[in-house]
Amino acid sequence: MNSSRFVLYLYDKNQIDNPTIMKIKEIAKLLDGRILGCQDNFEMEFHKAFSSDLMSDVLKVSFDDTLLITGLCNNQTMRTADMADVSVVIIGRDKRADEEMLELAEDSGITIIESPYSLFKISGILFSVGIMPLY
Amino acid sequence: MHYSFDIERGNFTDAGHASASVKRTLKQLNVEPASIKRIVVALYEAEINAVAHAYGGKIDVEIDPEKIVMIVADEGPGIPNVDLAMTEGWSTASPKVREMGFGAGMGLPNIKKNTDELKIDTKIGVGTTLTMTVYLNA
Repeated sequence: MNSSRFVLYLYDKNQIDNPTIMKIKEIAKLLDGRILGCQDNFEMEFHKAFSSDLMSDVLKVSFDDTLLITGLCNNQTMRTADMADVSVVIIGRDKRADEEMLELAEDSGITIIESPYSLFKISGILFSVGIMPLY
Repeated sequence: MHYSFDIERGNFTDAGHASASVKRTLKQLNVEPASIKRIVVALYEAEINAVAHAYGGKIDVEIDPEKIVMIVADEGPGIPNVDLAMTEGWSTASPKVREMGFGAGMGLPNIKKNTDELKIDTKIGVGTTLTMTVYLNA
């Protein structure tokens, strides 16, 4: 079975019929993560994710119910998330948001989850529990 | 309504400030979310371009019930070949810009995609002015 057929199989079984929906605290627990920034999004439900370190690519996609996973950890991560209507940014590779980023996150209503894991591992964990890619 | 913002060369700390401010204003004006996103993505890419490539500049935003016109005018090196600059993947960005998550040659194509009208006036050694128009409720 080639990889694209395998992915389609996973979608058929897990996502299309029974889409996985997760909240911030569940996601943070899976990723051994620390929750920072805006604390008002805890009831929001997510079932898709997009991983990128290139902010122009982030600006090209639609982020309804979608998590952003990135290793880019600076002010522009928060600015981009704000412009792209991202509510939750998962920052991987054990990077830490600084005070300015936290201030921007709170002003923009963005929750940050810091995770010690690599982007590949974060993406793999979320995919394995049924979080879908955007494409 | 008219808003103006200054652009400071290489100031990535404040880059995006104008776009964030315009976003808040458009939300208060109850502009449709899909239009807000197109507008702020275009303005933000233009703001990043100006901070990254120019020596300084100014952003003027004019909002009326039918449309929003955003003029990003910089003093800078200009764009030698606009057609090339409109090609996805072509970039002259510095490593510093790339560290910020940009500089992959997506800026102008993203701006074009998100605006209804885009006019680029550029002169080598003088600067570049982008005039971006998005029609509201289109």
